[in-house]
Amino acid sequence: MTDMGNLIKEFLVESYENLDQLDQDLVQLEQSPDDRNRLASIFRTIHTIKGTCGFFGFGRLEAVAHAGENLLSLLRDGKLHLDGPITGALLAMVDAVRAMLGRIEVSQEEGDVDYSGLIAHLTALQTVPSDAAPPATAAAPAEQATPPAAPSAAGSTPLAQTPPAAAKPVTAFAQAPPPATPSPAIATPQAPVSPPAPVQASPPPAPAPAPAVPTPAPLAAAAAAPAPPPAAPPQPLESVAAPVPPQQKVAAPAEKDSSDSVSASESEGESAEGPAKAREQSQAVSEGNIRVDVGLLDKLMNLVGELVLARNQILQYTSTQKDTIFLGTCQRLNLITTQLQEGVMKTRMQPIGNIWNKFPRVVRDLAANCGKHIRLEMEGKETELDKTIIEAIKDPLTHVVRNSVDHGIEPSDVRLANGKSAEGVLFLRAYHEGGQVNIEISDDGGGINTERVKAKALERGLISRDQAARMSEQELIHLIFLPGFSTAEKVTNVSGRGVGMDVVKTNIEKIGGTIDINSRLGHGTTLRIKIPLTLAIIPALVVTNGGDRYAIPQVSLLELVRLEGEQARKGIELIHGVPVYRLRGSLLPLVYLNHELQPDTPNGISADTEVVTIVVLQADDRQYGLVVEGICDTEEIVVKPLGKLLKSISLFAGATIMGDGRVALILDVMGIAQKARVVSQSRDHGRGDRGARGEDRHTDRQTMLLFGQGEGRRMAIPLSRVARLEEIQRTTVETAGGREVVQYRGQILPLVRLSEVVGGDTEEGKRDPMQVVVYQEGPLRVGIVVDNIQDIVEATLDVQCSNKRPGVLGSAVIQQHVTDLIDVPDVIRSADLTKFHEAAAV
Amino acid sequence: MAKHQFCTFVLDGYFFGVAVRQVQEVIRYLEMTRVPLASPVVRGLINLRGQIVTAIDLRRRLDLRDRPADRLPMNVVIRTEEGPISLLVDEIGDVLEVDQEAFERPPETLGGVARELIRGAYKLKDRLLLILDTEKAVQLPAAA
Repeated sequence: MTDMGNLIKEFLVESYENLDQLDQDLVQLEQSPDDRNRLASIFRTIHTIKGTCGFFGFGRLEAVAHAGENLLSLLRDGKLHLDGPITGALLAMVDAVRAMLGRIEVSQEEGDVDYSGLIAHLTALQTVPSDAAPPATAAAPAEQATPPAAPSAAGSTPLAQTPPAAAKPVTAFAQAPPPATPSPAIATPQAPVSPPAPVQASPPPAPAPAPAVPTPAPLAAAAAAPAPPPAAPPQPLESVAAPVPPQQKVAAPAEKDSSDSVSASESEGESAEGPAKAREQSQAVSEGNIRVDVGLLDKLMNLVGELVLARNQILQYTSTQKDTIFLGTCQRLNLITTQLQEGVMKTRMQPIGNIWNKFPRVVRDLAANCGKHIRLEMEGKETELDKTIIEAIKDPLTHVVRNSVDHGIEPSDVRLANGKSAEGVLFLRAYHEGGQVNIEISDDGGGINTERVKAKALERGLISRDQAARMSEQELIHLIFLPGFSTAEKVTNVSGRGVGMDVVKTNIEKIGGTIDINSRLGHGTTLRIKIPLTLAIIPALVVTNGGDRYAIPQVSLLELVRLEGEQARKGIELIHGVPVYRLRGSLLPLVYLNHELQPDTPNGISADTEVVTIVVLQADDRQYGLVVEGICDTEEIVVKPLGKLLKSISLFAGATIMGDGRVALILDVMGIAQKARVVSQSRDHGRGDRGARGEDRHTDRQTMLLFGQGEGRRMAIPLSRVARLEEIQRTTVETAGGREVVQYRGQILPLVRLSEVVGGDTEEGKRDPMQVVVYQEGPLRVGIVVDNIQDIVEATLDVQCSNKRPGVLGSAVIQQHVTDLIDVPDVIRSADLTKFHEAAAV
Repeated sequence: MAKHQFCTFVLDGYFFGVAVRQVQEVIRYLEMTRVPLASPVVRGLINLRGQIVTAIDLRRRLDLRDRPADRLPMNVVIRTEEGPISLLVDEIGDVLEVDQEAFERPPETLGGVARELIRGAYKLKDRLLLILDTEKAVQLPAAA
């Protein structure tokens, strides 16, 4: 019995995999109904399941699969055309099969849920082409009888029939069903009627019992009493076989099975071939693959980690040795360790496609449910992630996808009314970047209505009216991550239970990831999930600073720059105290590691420095140079997480053990960038990464807001940073905390007079109303008072940084005029508004 | 009569104990890697046979004077939910078995960090054995 148990287990595992594939295939098939290969593969899968069920005596399961198979065989032969209802029915069949497999897994029995409705439905769908001839009831039996009846047709029809039957098996695995197909195929509409004839002829009783005979009957029996199946099938099958002497003919086209089928043909016929085939297949599969317990892999992974460390230690020791045999051995050890490590790593990596593959089905079903048209696009399916991470993000991702379909994308009529195409697009994208895996889920739906979010949050008491008034759009959007928040007007079976996004967020954060959301009302929503690769062995650059060693993950490393002598003293320039280096003509902001690690040390280097080492790093879409004291080497390191006590230090991504056994900290390139404000935390993501990566951002085409300042001076601000342009009456200006403010949209907007920062004579002091550029970055909102706003232009910026001044990034020629580019962060910094905002927020 | 076993150690002249079952191991001084920007209580990271363990200076945690520079601390590695953490102490003592009866809660006059971290004292013949609340000891001081 344990043998049987194992067989069943194997069958289950294999079937589950097949079913997953099936979901995907069916959905894709709906897109391209003429994909014969796919159809054949679907047919094969169902047939294998059906056959194996028969072998194990799972009658109900077999009956369901059988009904599906019959439908599929018509599709495969082009008798029927795949459409929505048929796909739906087939998917329902897959679900039913899955449900039954689930029950078998639990109890070794298939349960007693009645699927006759589904079977009838599947059967009814087969009638479509032949509706003219027989009534549905007659056609249904016809189909059910087809496989066993087929031989009769095959036997009685011209030889020409056999070749197609024999030809198909090549793709269809040479099974019995193919012979079944010629009968309807050749006899055309009338055919379904004629096959039943012999069947009916043999068992004289009414047509009704007849259809029940070939398959359902034994199954019904099996369901009633699981034991009888071995005994039951022979009877009905014999009765069918009787009028069909050319049973051998069945075996003939299905050459491979001949031995099996001949021996079994008398009693089992086709159902005996099924399991044989299934076993053959599973054998082939098991020869190339084995299943391994993940726990074992984890253990192996840890051991390899230790081995790598030991190897590193030995390699360090070899430098003092001269024994050639020892050195040779070490070299081999080194090589083998590396390969072993790569191998073990690979065993744990899985493409994200493994999760995504479920989505076409999810999206299809949901979309159909909600009456929407949605196209799912995926990019970067092959992006690999560690298995544990894959597991961890599966549910959150599914939830997000469901959310997008349910809430994000609008119904077709709404879309059309809004001037969009009827079909919504859900786009999934995954890629590696900066030692992280980025996953984006974007839709071109309605976006998040912040007003509704606000209203809902107020209604649920998640925020106070006061808070709501102060919140920026972005903050409002982020409210959806609060526990207990759901904007769905009504609770559907999909979403709206209020356990949504907060759970997604917690789950992502649990594995050290981050989630961010961007939404434009009417244009869609993009969710971005970033997952760090925390448990890997990674190559890293080891640098020294203050006598300690630090590791920098190589993925973030772009290049190393070494400045010596004169260059070291002059190469680094300052923009309002901020050090930059001209790297091939573009400015690279510099960050001093020393200063970041010990904020009390001066930010910079002494004037008599002889050598400056700059590690050029990539953080998100920005580059920056990290100035370190020295560079050691590159080394493979095992990333180990930091303890709870140190987690809060954003500069470190973890720690590792170096070759000499000492611990070194791993620098978090992104964390440093954020701390040093190379990238601001609340930066607008959506814009950042598209296209601009790798290009020189100073020569990008940008949309600029132009305004005059003082006597003929022209200045510009990137429009992307401007929230609004306002005119403000002088009389409305009040003071708070020694700063000029105005009441603006229920908030207090601090004003900064640009002239105070950039200097120069201006008329802004006299103008009324004042022209104010409202600038927004995250929660920070500032009104910059300028002289006179002139124009908005799109221009290619070629920034010349020779004339840097406080608040000015540099100059560029825009529309044949020299224009100063405002460094808004610098303006804000010099106005020291952070404090103001902190105070206001309390 | 209830007996309790404590792993004992010395810290700036005081005699401390932690429950034996909380202690994973006791080891001599190990080289540490300091962690910039971390709380001063965290002295660094040690390599405990391939595992990276955070070391907390108990003297600093208890607001005692810093150890003279020439005296190397020892590690009492204790188990916590988040994995092992090392407590740096001056000297390691024996494992003692004491009667529950000898225990007394700290006097009201004990204040500050000590009140938070010291559960009480066992009155031994010649001195007091102070019992450390390890759960609290491995957390960063509230102010930090």
